[in-house]
Amino acid sequence: MTARYLGRKVATLALTLYVTVSFNFLLFHVLPGNPVQMLARSGHFSPAARAELIRLFGLNHPVLVQYLIYLKNMLHGNLGFSYVYREPVTTVMGGAIGNTLVLVGTATVVTIIVGVVVGVIAASRAHSLTDASITVGSLALWSMPDFFTGMILIFLFGVWTHALPVSGIVTSGVTEGLWAHTLDVGRHLILPALTLVLVNAAEFSLITRNTLVDVLVEDYVVTARAKGLSRRRVVWGHALRNAMLPVMTATGLYVGMILGGAIQVETVFSWPGMGLLIYNSVEQRDYPVLEGCFFLFAIAVIATNFISDLLYHLLDARVRRT
Amino acid sequence: MSDESLAGAPGALVALDARARPGVWRRLWRDPMGRSGVYLLAVVLVVVLVGPLVFPFDAQAFGTSAASILQPPSAAHWMGTTELGQDVFREFLAGGRISLYVGLSATFIAMVLGAGLGLVSGYYAGWRDTVLMRITDFFLVLPTLPLIIVLAALFGQSVIVTSLVIGLTSWPQTARIIRSQVLSLRERPLVQRVRSLGAGDLRIMRVHILPNVAPLIFANLALVLSGAILAQAALAFLGLGDPVQVSWGTTLHNAFDSGAMSSGAWWYVLTPGVGIVAMVLAFSLIGHSLDRVLNPLHGGRA
Repeated sequence: MTARYLGRKVATLALTLYVTVSFNFLLFHVLPGNPVQMLARSGHFSPAARAELIRLFGLNHPVLVQYLIYLKNMLHGNLGFSYVYREPVTTVMGGAIGNTLVLVGTATVVTIIVGVVVGVIAASRAHSLTDASITVGSLALWSMPDFFTGMILIFLFGVWTHALPVSGIVTSGVTEGLWAHTLDVGRHLILPALTLVLVNAAEFSLITRNTLVDVLVEDYVVTARAKGLSRRRVVWGHALRNAMLPVMTATGLYVGMILGGAIQVETVFSWPGMGLLIYNSVEQRDYPVLEGCFFLFAIAVIATNFISDLLYHLLDARVRRT
Repeated sequence: MSDESLAGAPGALVALDARARPGVWRRLWRDPMGRSGVYLLAVVLVVVLVGPLVFPFDAQAFGTSAASILQPPSAAHWMGTTELGQDVFREFLAGGRISLYVGLSATFIAMVLGAGLGLVSGYYAGWRDTVLMRITDFFLVLPTLPLIIVLAALFGQSVIVTSLVIGLTSWPQTARIIRSQVLSLRERPLVQRVRSLGAGDLRIMRVHILPNVAPLIFANLALVLSGAILAQAALAFLGLGDPVQVSWGTTLHNAFDSGAMSSGAWWYVLTPGVGIVAMVLAFSLIGHSLDRVLNPLHGGRA
């Protein structure tokens, strides 16, 4: 990786972050009907709270000055004050970020592994009945809304069989010791994570299958087979490595999707993360929290895409040479 | 207008370039996946468009006694009743229109934006391309559903706002796909020759480029449509649906909110959910099959 390439990427990243912050400002502070001004004008606040709101966002100044104040606040990590919790937005989000990371992180790892394995199975039996069933099955799961899949799992494993917990992150009162606590969280994690895996694995299985089918007819694969290597070794050892690049690109875009899924799944399973926070702040019109959560989600997706771009560049010899 | 009729006439230059075009629909029909998508879509359309005429839904027809609330399927109520004693089956038939309406209008907006920007970007290349693609990439990485939720929370929940919001956030991938196809088309000898004959940019785009990217637009359209229907359902489920319109997502929101889950009222949840899945699956089967037909390498028999 050349320093020039890295420099260009970092510059683009900085520009994207700046545009995102400005986009947020435009959405929440400038466009007609924006919540900040409406709230300052509405009668919901005491005169003192209103004065504080006006001071914090500089509402008595022209838009350009408000924008500069906003940029300054963002640079200081000041995302505003929650109307509902009466705490800084960063504090409110702080309690939720970890829970979403656990859910989304677990789901992502399992999703990618399951998706790639299923995709390889489909590709190595390309054009067979197995292949067709996998493709149609993947599409069917992909067509399910995350929240609906979650509700079905609640019926199957909660309401009808009581096999697994379907709400929250811990069972109240039974959290003695770290081990018991972890086990309890793990049991609560199964259904929400499984929902995300079921809906999103298709994205990876279809991409892996299509790329592998293309790769498997290439000369080097044929050569490897002709050398006497087993089909299994050629697929898993040689071909899959080259099929991983599109999978990595897909991962960058997938993060945006799974965060959308997390909002629905956390709502259905009352998982106390960022998604549930977004749902609650929409219901209670807690705009500063909504703004903060959206901003954080945008940053997460931008960062993931940045990393997946760099990895792609590192791994792909063809890109590296140009 | 006379240009259009000429473009389709036998022997017109476009015919040389787009020889495979009439075959796309026939190949879609021959593909088992594409054909099942078309069948499924036909069933869904009949249910959604004709169903409410045969079994109209009266939003004011509430249950009159405790015994009519959250009842399992019976002869009187084929798919049971809601927590207000309303007929789930009739509500289900009435709810599909909004999914279809929002899906189609959002997709229309996304296609006009995506295909338009993709065409201009790919055809003119240069600085216009750079600027447009920077903008596209910015919107491509924004998390779509969270953005849609934010916009709906800020700008209201009417069906029109929902369509606009979903449409205005669903175009970047289309723009990218169309652009890369146009980039390769504009270098083709035919386009170069027509240009040297003095054809204007607009005419080249309309007669020689657009018809050749049209099948690609259709394949992408079906997938964007699936995404738009899912987005509408998610919005409605999260309580951001149009409060005066019945939709599958709204029904699921009411079911979830009223504790239908813990009461074991599976009919209340399953009925609208299956509607969403069937509609989305129909479009994604068609889109996936079109994609396969257009990219023979991706699984078409070599």
